[in-house]
Amino acid sequence: MDLSVEDVSRLLASATELEGEDPLVRDRILAKRRMALLFYESSTRTRTSFELAAKALGVDTALISNLSSSIEKGETLKDTGLTLRALGAEAIILRHFSSGAAWLLEESTKLPVINAGDGMHEHPTQALLDLRTLLAHLRPGIEEVGPETLAGVTVTIAGDILHSRVARSNMLLLPRLGARVLLCGPTKLLPEMAAQAGPGLQIERNFEVALAQSQAIMMLRIQAERLAGLQLDLDEYKASYQLTGQRLAAFAPTALVLHPGPIIRGMEITAGVADGPQSAILEQVTHGLAIRMAVIERALLAKAGRA
Amino acid sequence: MTAIAICGGHLVDPAAGVDGLEDILLKDGRVTEVAAPGKLKIPEGAEVLDAKGLTVAPGLIDIHVHLREPGQAYKETIATGTAAAAAGGFTAVAAMPNTIPVNDSPEITRWMQAPERGASVRVFPIAAATRGSKGETINDFAALKAAGAVAVTDDGRPILNDSVMREVLVAASRAGLSVIQHAEDTRMTQGASMNLGPVSFRLGLRGMPNEAESSLVERDIRLVTELRDSHAHLHVAHTSTAAALAAVRQARRNGLRVTCEVAPHHFLLTDEHVGLYNTHAKMNPPLRSAADRDAMIEGILDGVVDAIATDHAPHAQHEKEIEFEFAPNGITGLETALGLSLRWLHKEWELPLGRVLSLLSAQPAALLGFKGRGTLTVGSFADVVIFDPRAEWTYRATESKSKAKNTPFDGWAMQGKVRWTISEGRIVFADPA
Repeated sequence: MDLSVEDVSRLLASATELEGEDPLVRDRILAKRRMALLFYESSTRTRTSFELAAKALGVDTALISNLSSSIEKGETLKDTGLTLRALGAEAIILRHFSSGAAWLLEESTKLPVINAGDGMHEHPTQALLDLRTLLAHLRPGIEEVGPETLAGVTVTIAGDILHSRVARSNMLLLPRLGARVLLCGPTKLLPEMAAQAGPGLQIERNFEVALAQSQAIMMLRIQAERLAGLQLDLDEYKASYQLTGQRLAAFAPTALVLHPGPIIRGMEITAGVADGPQSAILEQVTHGLAIRMAVIERALLAKAGRA
Repeated sequence: MTAIAICGGHLVDPAAGVDGLEDILLKDGRVTEVAAPGKLKIPEGAEVLDAKGLTVAPGLIDIHVHLREPGQAYKETIATGTAAAAAGGFTAVAAMPNTIPVNDSPEITRWMQAPERGASVRVFPIAAATRGSKGETINDFAALKAAGAVAVTDDGRPILNDSVMREVLVAASRAGLSVIQHAEDTRMTQGASMNLGPVSFRLGLRGMPNEAESSLVERDIRLVTELRDSHAHLHVAHTSTAAALAAVRQARRNGLRVTCEVAPHHFLLTDEHVGLYNTHAKMNPPLRSAADRDAMIEGILDGVVDAIATDHAPHAQHEKEIEFEFAPNGITGLETALGLSLRWLHKEWELPLGRVLSLLSAQPAALLGFKGRGTLTVGSFADVVIFDPRAEWTYRATESKSKAKNTPFDGWAMQGKVRWTISEGRIVFADPA
């Protein structure tokens, strides 16, 4: 993510502003501007959220998915991007299975590209909406954020960190606002080198030890589609890393529980915790709408810059 | 063929122990006379090249290039690849067999050397070790050698099976051929597109561990040790890890015929150069950590590295303009090897000029047994590079003689500019400047 802390602060402020705006005024802000949603992977939350956010600002959107388009016939990302630009797209929201695809598309089209998740690399709007969710609970009413905003806050990210773009975006963003991030998971899903990805990161293999220090816990799904032959003993995994009601009550009775979705009930998280009072999972989805309005506005009004 | 007299230059011929002002005469494709300045008996009609202020050296030899013919002429042809070689000061290249079809036959080996290919410099085919490089059936090495093959390898498809590799080493030794191994245990590199480390983690790319290289080098050395009596020659291609180099070093101390090469990108760049998914920094073996890069420099300076080889791997532009993980491996290297070696090995790390040139000519020639090359003693092939050792210039990929422009060194400062390249008595490159 190449946003500065000031950029993040501005995005959060405009998310709040846009969220509170009269819908009839809001949909004139970017009336008849054009944006393409280019999705090479299935998605429920992110795609719908971007689409609704764009429409809320008056943007005309076109959705292109890798199935049911010329991508199936072998068209490259570059050519698909150039075609969308020729059709009038002023920016592209890209979800792609390949790390770095957003860079490639921006390089090829010179259009603002909003990264809606690229391979195992990053998912920046998810990290921003997670941040907004955290702030709503831990720093209510705050108007600006800076490098100290989350000082004293420990966030545990637990689960399949190796394959998670959500984890990478969060572990790069949260420490820049002062948070301490504990990474938790088995070696196969969390190699030691993860701690070197940026400042403010620590590995804590013992889930309960991590929980006991945390004000917020981000649970991640095991990305079965990216395991590439990796063998995991799921019973063992659940025994060590599943977020259960008992664990939560015993080690983090007041911590906020987040999950980027899709959640796999009974795997990384129990139904009771997902639906329980500490869960902010659905709030995250709502915050996503506001964040994506701000990111879209920034992409279409400002010049360069990717969120 | 006209005779060529090279006068006034500083001859550096490390294999002959020559480092001083000497004039040389080339006739009928051979060196016919080496004499003190002004003492050459220049025949009537000879072309005289004024080499004042220039270095005259044996033509460079690259024992690891991909010329893409037969089968992938859209990437490169033998003509364009060897034109790039000539521009880079090379007079001989050894061409890898991963062509389409794979060069596993005397017919293809001869086809690659035929005059119709339009090569500017001498092409020595390296043949596949096994049928179709599938790692199963061993080729007829004697027949391949008779057709002109200088070594055998399955290059990008390393031989993992112990008994097949053992058989290859024995058969190659019997035929008098070297075995070149691209050391990569591909079972550890599935789906990987760069070096395994903090950078690959951050970029969300699957990484190749150092052990994928070093464990196979160690396995190969174990086999060579077991086969000590057969005097097999194992050559480790494009060494990129400290551990692999250490294994080679130890094997040599144990008196085994194990040699290795290092590519310029592995002694200059690290995985940080992947940056934001730059496909021109994607090759196999991948750019490694700074510690490994430093080990390559150290190995070159202390002599365990036997040759600098480019692994020149041309690709069409559109093939590199795609998602990093799907882009093909490899970069071009023939036109930048000398300029980078002089700029860094010689100027920066103070490796004497003779040693740099030896790594680029005498040593690779000796390694693969190229008789009469890598030196300019009387009777040798008239393979000469003449360059201005002090000239500093900037490499521009767009000006490349290669069909391909896939290099991470576009815009890099180079030291030493080639003025003439002479291959077997013919001027195959003359600097237009």
